[in-house]
Amino acid sequence: MAEKRGIVSGVNGNMVSVKFDDSVIKNEVGYILVGNERLKSEVIRVNNSVASLQVYEMTGGIKVGDEVVFTNELLSVELGPGLLTQVFDGLQNPLPLLAEECGFFLKRGVYLDPLPNKEWDFTPSKKVGDIVREGDSFGSVPEGLFSHKIMVPFQFLGTWKIKEIKEAGKYKARDTICVIENEKGEKKKLSMIITQPVKMAIKGYEERVRPDETMVTKIRIIDTFLPVAKGGTYCTPGPFGAGKTVLQHLTSRNADVDIVIIAACGERAGEVVEILKEFPELVDPKTGRSLMERTIIICNTSSMPVAAREASVYTAVTMAEYYRNMGLDVLLLADSTSRWAQAMREMSGRLEEIPGDEAFPAYLESRIAEFYERAGKVRLRDGEFGSVTIGGSVSPAGGNFEEPVTQATLKVVGAFHGLSRERSDARKYPAIDPLDSWSKYHGIIEQERVDRAYSYVRRSAEVSQMMKVVGEEGTSIEDYIIYQKGEFVDSVYLQQNSFDPVDAAVTVERQRNVFSVLEDILLSDFALSDKRDARLFFNELRQKFLDWNGAVELSEEYIKREEALKAFYMEKRK
Amino acid sequence: MQKVYTKIDSIVGNVITVKADGVRNGDLAEITTSTGKSYANVIKLDGETVSLQVFSGTQGVSTGDSVRFLGVPMRVSFSEDLLGRVFDGAGKPRDNGPELSENMVEIGGPSANPSKRIIPKKMIRTGIPMIDVFNTLVESQKLPIFSISGEPYNQLLARIAMQAEVDVIILGGMGLKYDDYLFFRDTLEKSGALSRTVMFIHTASDPTVECTLVPDLSLAVAEKFALEGKKVLVLLTDMTNFADSLKEMAITMEQVPSNRGYPGDLYSQLASRYEKAVDFEGAGSVTILAVTTMPGDDVTHPVPDNTGYITEGQYYLKGGHIEPFGSLSRLKQNVNKDTRDDHRALMDGMIKLYAQYKDSLEKKSMGFLMSDWDEKLLKYGALFEKKLMDLSVNIPLEEALDLGWQLLAECFEPNETLLKSDLIKEYWPKREDLSKEEKLN
Repeated sequence: MAEKRGIVSGVNGNMVSVKFDDSVIKNEVGYILVGNERLKSEVIRVNNSVASLQVYEMTGGIKVGDEVVFTNELLSVELGPGLLTQVFDGLQNPLPLLAEECGFFLKRGVYLDPLPNKEWDFTPSKKVGDIVREGDSFGSVPEGLFSHKIMVPFQFLGTWKIKEIKEAGKYKARDTICVIENEKGEKKKLSMIITQPVKMAIKGYEERVRPDETMVTKIRIIDTFLPVAKGGTYCTPGPFGAGKTVLQHLTSRNADVDIVIIAACGERAGEVVEILKEFPELVDPKTGRSLMERTIIICNTSSMPVAAREASVYTAVTMAEYYRNMGLDVLLLADSTSRWAQAMREMSGRLEEIPGDEAFPAYLESRIAEFYERAGKVRLRDGEFGSVTIGGSVSPAGGNFEEPVTQATLKVVGAFHGLSRERSDARKYPAIDPLDSWSKYHGIIEQERVDRAYSYVRRSAEVSQMMKVVGEEGTSIEDYIIYQKGEFVDSVYLQQNSFDPVDAAVTVERQRNVFSVLEDILLSDFALSDKRDARLFFNELRQKFLDWNGAVELSEEYIKREEALKAFYMEKRK
Repeated sequence: MQKVYTKIDSIVGNVITVKADGVRNGDLAEITTSTGKSYANVIKLDGETVSLQVFSGTQGVSTGDSVRFLGVPMRVSFSEDLLGRVFDGAGKPRDNGPELSENMVEIGGPSANPSKRIIPKKMIRTGIPMIDVFNTLVESQKLPIFSISGEPYNQLLARIAMQAEVDVIILGGMGLKYDDYLFFRDTLEKSGALSRTVMFIHTASDPTVECTLVPDLSLAVAEKFALEGKKVLVLLTDMTNFADSLKEMAITMEQVPSNRGYPGDLYSQLASRYEKAVDFEGAGSVTILAVTTMPGDDVTHPVPDNTGYITEGQYYLKGGHIEPFGSLSRLKQNVNKDTRDDHRALMDGMIKLYAQYKDSLEKKSMGFLMSDWDEKLLKYGALFEKKLMDLSVNIPLEEALDLGWQLLAECFEPNETLLKSDLIKEYWPKREDLSKEEKLN
């Protein structure tokens, strides 16, 4: 087929209007030819035979009359072995390679192969004559810790017969290793790499199932009180400086999943650098290998072109779905979805669409819902389970949760971890507000017991409000003890010191043990004569509990401190 | 090649349109009017119609004036000759010196590759204890100075420009009062810092468009110096004026406003400037300090709010001091472990005591009885504010730390400070030193 071409007829910011003669496909990729550069862009609207393209690069230097080449392909990513440990930009350009090629600065119009054409050790799992469908695996290669399944591209719908397949051995990623044919006699050559449009969810599984298993993060307030399920969704909105990014970094280190994909979308480059330099040094406690081996970073920081920022979250989720279909648990952390929403807003403004709330486009909610709905736990055709969990941070303007992005996100997620300025100012980390936040998933401890503990936190907050009005003198000793108990839960359990090597990550077993002691304290009546007595008792108790929290699990110290703590409060128990 | 067009179709706000072909987006043009020449840049193309933003404004522009396209985007000359010079928002000299046209570099260039960045770990010494000790400034950091109008933020910037241990200072002034410009120029000249300074100054009476060019000019030059291995500090004042100019231009171009009239891309606009702060592996670095005045002391106003999401902390200027509580340097952990072993502990200890002093002060103002402890705190707080917080204090970090210990020793017993015993053993001043010091005072 002859190349489809067009001519630039207008430029407005990062939107370019193009006159075309033949036909264009919506969301098809086109390249604008400017001098020697080819600028990647996507058709986002066609109106009166003029296509509007959003350009993924700076648009300086484009002039009316420049040529445009259309590709017939939707915006896609390459999926295959070699994705892990890589650092890509929003369009899957490998950034370290780009740095080798272009130096300190990003150069526009340079697009490198995202996956190196490396040799992999291929083992077929199917033979000639076998019938396969889209998404079925016909072999595998070892990629780091995982057996990376090689699958029939998800777009090749229907049943296919394997005509040829290579024997076990070493092949390059882009070599043809299998040939399939359908009933109509269409033949397709398959390599280890498949191309997948990013804005279409990957199917190829048997069914979606309920997310019922807790994704352990080793953060007490999350695992016990505000859990997230594998295959679930959650969001962490918070004002600047409340610790969104620190929380996400902690989660990315400790989460009990196979693969973590970090989408740094429109945030500071410095934060990505921290991950880049730290992760290769950090050891994954589960596997004993470097954390980088289970990580992919998609990095489209705030100063990179806005349109690519919009694409980056889709690029990330497509990779997550791909690994899910190998029966793996994947966690996608998007920081921050507000920047993605702002990218949509900028584009919508250029298209002169009628604005909605705070000038966000009217389709904001449906786009956000569509994105989070790509999370989920699935049963694959071979009976295995895989999941994609999405955690998105939200940066609401002025820290006000009433704004459109936060509200639209809250409608579709299964857990809400709202960070509050008051808690972060008081250095109470993680600054998740225990009263405002909620979760619809099951945690590591029975719901009933959690609710009971929660009720102390809630009542304590009520008493504390009351005390502000009537003073400590006007509060009864019973109420005062409830207040102290709630504060106690907060300081020894909800807060966690991420800089302390022991306290930073708490295992499920330890959480269960600590929680039962905490519960015991909450349900006990203590012989406390007055408020001063109560305050001193809880101060000391807190100190002992924190000491215990600081001891290495099951060490001699740990057991000794646990006993000391128990002995201390048992003595006062009625 | 360079055609001249003499039919201007429309003049709206600062934007004019002409019919022309072969014009590239972002190109520069020169407009000759009866009052003089001005640059303009191409901001939109629609078929034959080219929209241009006129830097010096459209007042007095006639539909018959001539427009000449230069075929290049906005650029600025870069060489050592820039040092000691003052330019305006269009890059023209403001100081009667010669115009520079050598080695032109594009402004607003591409962003640095994140994989080429390094974790910042070099401290910038400023001689201001509230910065060096309590919220250390780090090379390649981007920090705003949040301030209410009326605070001495320009004095603070000038002081930093004079004292900071860097190779080159770039000062970008946006919407400056003319007096403030003269203040900067004279202060830097007197202190001898002018010879390592480049100034791009837009004053309040200059055209709006030029205001938005100041950060780009400053940062393009800064980046070039950094690539030559220089440690560059960019001081910008005031970014709220920059944002307001963006707002003005967006509204006249009929863009849909998002929040309090600011354009929807305010975050990206600010970020693309602040993200120019970078430490190049094997070369120099760019550090940005930018004043952001908060209308009505409201940190949730769109400009400080968006800025806070971009920058790595903030200095909060209030009551003539850098406020120790609202201020935060997110990168200080990277450097304050390697300065002196007592740095972190002393920093935390002194701030905690200062917080207690604030409580005592409140109690006192409500008429409560002052205990011995309160009296000690009150003495400490007053000394702390006088000797460390005052903006005119100029001492190196080590001296500031020693001074900190001295303040503690003057006011408290060692065990009252909650500092670790081994540090106290090493640093707590001996009695005789103390009395000597007191005599000096």
